[in-house]
Amino acid sequence: MTPLRDSQVLKDRAISIFIGAFAMLWVFPILWTLWSSFRPYKEIRARGTFSMPEEFGIFNYTDAISRMQLPTYLWNSFIITIPAVFLTLVFGSLIAFVVSRYSFKFNVGMLLLFTAGNLLPAQLVFIPVFKLYLNIGDVVGDRRFLYDSPWGVVLIHVAFQMGFATFVLSSYMKTIPKEISESALVDGASVLRHYWNVMLPLLRPPLASLAVLMTTWIYNDFFWALVLMSTDKKRPITSALGRLQGEFVTDYNLLAAGAIIAALPTLIVFFVLRKQFVSGLTLGSTKG
Amino acid sequence: MSSSATRPRRSRRRRAFSRGDRLTLSIFVGIPTLLHVVLVWIPAILTILLSFTYWTGINFGDITWAGLANYDNIVTKTPAFYDALRNNVIWLLWFGFLATPAGVLLAYQIDRQIRGHKLYQSAYYLPVVLSLAVTGIIWNFMLRPDGFVNGVLGRDIDNAISFFGNYDINIYVIMVMASWRHIGYIMLLYLAGLKAIDPTLREAAAIDGATEWATFRKIILPAMRPVNIIVIVITIIESLRAFDMVYVIYGTSAGLPILGILVFQNIAGEGASMKGAAYAVILFVLSIGPIIAYLRQQFREDVS
Repeated sequence: MTPLRDSQVLKDRAISIFIGAFAMLWVFPILWTLWSSFRPYKEIRARGTFSMPEEFGIFNYTDAISRMQLPTYLWNSFIITIPAVFLTLVFGSLIAFVVSRYSFKFNVGMLLLFTAGNLLPAQLVFIPVFKLYLNIGDVVGDRRFLYDSPWGVVLIHVAFQMGFATFVLSSYMKTIPKEISESALVDGASVLRHYWNVMLPLLRPPLASLAVLMTTWIYNDFFWALVLMSTDKKRPITSALGRLQGEFVTDYNLLAAGAIIAALPTLIVFFVLRKQFVSGLTLGSTKG
Repeated sequence: MSSSATRPRRSRRRRAFSRGDRLTLSIFVGIPTLLHVVLVWIPAILTILLSFTYWTGINFGDITWAGLANYDNIVTKTPAFYDALRNNVIWLLWFGFLATPAGVLLAYQIDRQIRGHKLYQSAYYLPVVLSLAVTGIIWNFMLRPDGFVNGVLGRDIDNAISFFGNYDINIYVIMVMASWRHIGYIMLLYLAGLKAIDPTLREAAAIDGATEWATFRKIILPAMRPVNIIVIVITIIESLRAFDMVYVIYGTSAGLPILGILVFQNIAGEGASMKGAAYAVILFVLSIGPIIAYLRQQFREDVS
């Protein structure tokens, strides 16, 4: 027994060192980008990639903020992400509530519709959505009512992500005892009160997790803002980075600072809200 | 759900709905469903229909029936389609045989609480929260002609290795970048599943003298069946739909053809044609299998 234990201890140490070495390799690209973002690009061009810094400071950041107009793009991200996450959670919780608390014939069918819809490729729905947005714009007399507008991007995110939220929330609600709902009904609570006063407070943990996960997903989304917006100044920061990369290709370190700023909200998720992020992911993959 | 005991209660409850409740319920269900169907399902069906037509995407009157012409054009006249298919298959094989198993094994080791597991977990998880656009810029820092890797190899800018421009290696370079994110993602999913496994199973195996590898293969893997299916499905879907990272590095140019980029090139902007719709349908058809597997896994209890 003992020699086996000893060899296991040795093996574990080797595994630990191996995984640890890779872990360092994993964070290295980020650290290198961070390091470079404090140095001027011309110094690197002149003195080499591994030169010791002569100038070192936050000048790339101040530059990125003023020349790349990052605050505008960050603001664009917020006015898309926040309403989209909010509406996704409201709609998802409504459907999940009805499907899991009231027995209608179409319950499973509804859940399937939403869950499957969430899995369809974005490219498959793009052409008609694009046409629909333009036509709605023509009807209301403003071509940019949904197309090239933050609201258009918000709606498509909500329509897609609602499927995931519905699925996650309804599996969670199945774990809440039916007696709680029953006593509310006996007390004569209306459907609205049943949802608002009874169920919603109980849904706080999964809603928090979903909110964090959805915020990361929608903030990081690239595709929809790219194809449904034509005015660059309206685009969220994730999509704008692609163009900025082309424009500032001559000053890589400036771009590094821009990338770090763009990543800040998600880094906050990583450092502060990781528990919610991880449990949000898990809620979707393992039932209940 | 199908037991007969719930029947009487259901009808009692339905009778108990006041008019206000009925209105509330229809609004609760109606508005989200309308939005979802109008923006997801109807467009999906329309795209499938449009893929059998000629249309420039401007006037509805110009739509003419094309039969299978768009598909025929893709399959017989577009060499880029086969390049893309090849790259997506490489993507899938790389994820399937390297990145996903690596993520699973990593989760297993971290779950055993090897020394430093908390720190390691954070390190592998960090790239998961970054957008692919940011990921592209970060890796450009490593791999561009005057970047870190060329520096380590001692190559200056004139005889640097072109990691993104060399067609023999660029798909593998992109795979390394994509794995950087994918491994952490799979690790997180798998870790959550592992936490739910009864620890006594593992202890019993250890007492019986089973090796780590045997424990993993004979006890952990079978017990993780539901999570395994999800992880496989995610691997396939992500491999087929890859888009962001390649777009960030190459734009729409044919730097590295993959299906996601071909769809984009044909549906967005000036050159819209229903060949793009046909590409999107191909992408969809390829992912139907994994979608059904996912739904079957998640809805097993509801349907039976």
